[in-house]
Amino acid sequence: MKRGWTRIGVVDQIPRLGSRVVRHPLHGDIAVFRNAEDEVFALADRCPHKGGPLSQGIVFGKSVSCPLHGWTIGLDSGCAQAPDEGCARRFPVRLEPDGSVWLGDE
Amino acid sequence: MLHDPAGGVYKKLVLKDNRIVGGVLYGDTVDGSWYFQLLKDRQDVHEIRDHLMFGQSHLGNAGHQGENRAGAMPDEMEVCGCNGVCKGTIVKAIKEKGLFTLEDVRKHTKASSSCGSCTGLVEQILASSVGGAYQPADTKTRPMCGCTDLTHEEVRKAVRQQRLLTIPQAITFLEWRTPNGCASCRPALNYYLISTWPHEAEDDPQSRFVNERSHANIQKDGTYSVVPRMWGGTTSAADLRRIADVVDKYRIPTVKVTGGQRIDLLGVKKEDLPKVWADLGMPSGHAYGKALRTVKTCVGSEWCRFGVQDSTRMGIDLEKSLYGMWSPHKVKLAVSGCPRNCAEAGIKDVGVIGVDSGWEIYVAGNGGIKTEVAQFLAKVKTREEVLAYAGAFLQLYREEGRYLDRTVHFVKRVGLDYVKKRVVEDAGSRQALYERLRYALSGYADPWQERARGADRAQFEALAV
Repeated sequence: MKRGWTRIGVVDQIPRLGSRVVRHPLHGDIAVFRNAEDEVFALADRCPHKGGPLSQGIVFGKSVSCPLHGWTIGLDSGCAQAPDEGCARRFPVRLEPDGSVWLGDE
Repeated sequence: MLHDPAGGVYKKLVLKDNRIVGGVLYGDTVDGSWYFQLLKDRQDVHEIRDHLMFGQSHLGNAGHQGENRAGAMPDEMEVCGCNGVCKGTIVKAIKEKGLFTLEDVRKHTKASSSCGSCTGLVEQILASSVGGAYQPADTKTRPMCGCTDLTHEEVRKAVRQQRLLTIPQAITFLEWRTPNGCASCRPALNYYLISTWPHEAEDDPQSRFVNERSHANIQKDGTYSVVPRMWGGTTSAADLRRIADVVDKYRIPTVKVTGGQRIDLLGVKKEDLPKVWADLGMPSGHAYGKALRTVKTCVGSEWCRFGVQDSTRMGIDLEKSLYGMWSPHKVKLAVSGCPRNCAEAGIKDVGVIGVDSGWEIYVAGNGGIKTEVAQFLAKVKTREEVLAYAGAFLQLYREEGRYLDRTVHFVKRVGLDYVKKRVVEDAGSRQALYERLRYALSGYADPWQERARGADRAQFEALAV
């Protein structure tokens, strides 16, 4: 994967209120989420709590519930909802009008 | 012993030489840790013996009515045994973090968040720390979650009366405060829809917990465990060979025999799951679901010199007749071929014990976080009756149980008499329940073999870049 923006597919490959995983050669697994409003978000696929795969959690609103211990992680911020603390790394992602989804690498 | 059935309170203390050696509290558990402290300290209780049962707040002068147990507890006294939380830790969290609700205390301290038996005491500590600001929750009117004010029962009623078939429909009609619910209500809603309207409601994979969506159990490292179905706990050389070959081929690190008489393959990568299922060629064991798990059996009359009934055959028949059953929580059965009960049917959701003249059926047992002995439901003669009684009981639980309540909680809430009325005394009701179960389960396709053939492929594959 080159530096800059990389096309990772089209939005319909990601289920609504779900996610898909991108295996990034440098950053490891990245979870790409799609919410009910067709917004897309990308986070490192590791919960800040015990490293659970966030891609496998239940997505609601702009949050995902970690499948291991139920921490709620904000899709926007990557951060855990209080009282829990910690953040998953965010990655830039954008959805083009033609439906293609692009992952950024700063 | 103190027993107040109307108030839902049962207390039993066992004394030896004026010292507490054991006890059971149900309904009112606020004095549990006090009793436990007396037990641990081996304190002589002969002076307070005649009013010991009424708890610590009934000791001494009656002018302290406003105060309660919690105030008198020393800070280092343990409140929550499951998670090792002392009173001091809870009070500190309440004061420093400004907590007002039981849920807050659970989140911050983990106290009363496992078995729940210290809930009453934690509520008292809350009340004594925050004073009048504390409003204890009433379980009868407690809403399903923060997305709604409706209770589980109100939601179920609306799903039936309004013929709600999808989650967006339900959330819109019931005026949820959130656009698409939360991780707590969505799985419950999904269950209520599919159990009320089998073959009609839409089963939403995104509203199912990871294990039910992936048809395998997620492990702490993000790999999965695979438990093939072995009807009644029986297997064959051919199945065992295929299992061994799969373990070699996919380098599965751990193979474990489970408590439900199955084989657990642990450490499978998600992308390997469909291939593992294809190579196994065995049906899903549903070890990952709020669903029919296992029917454990003893060998029974076919081999055992004490056996009076063919428990293995009965277990296989029960398991096949209930295959693919989703429920409010997991469901485990056992069948023993004689009253020695080697299959441990006394701690199962449905336990069947063979006797000379037929079968005894027990329900609502539990071997988990709080062991509960199953209660006698009925004695029947034939195999068909066992299937119908067990099926009718489980259908009643499927229709009226709250999501995440086990059968023990369900039966405690509605009462065994009600269950007997619907399942034992009223033959028409039993038949109708059983037929509804048969209809719900008809045409169920094995989820593993569907996926082995390519269904639902996307969730097992990464996006190619």
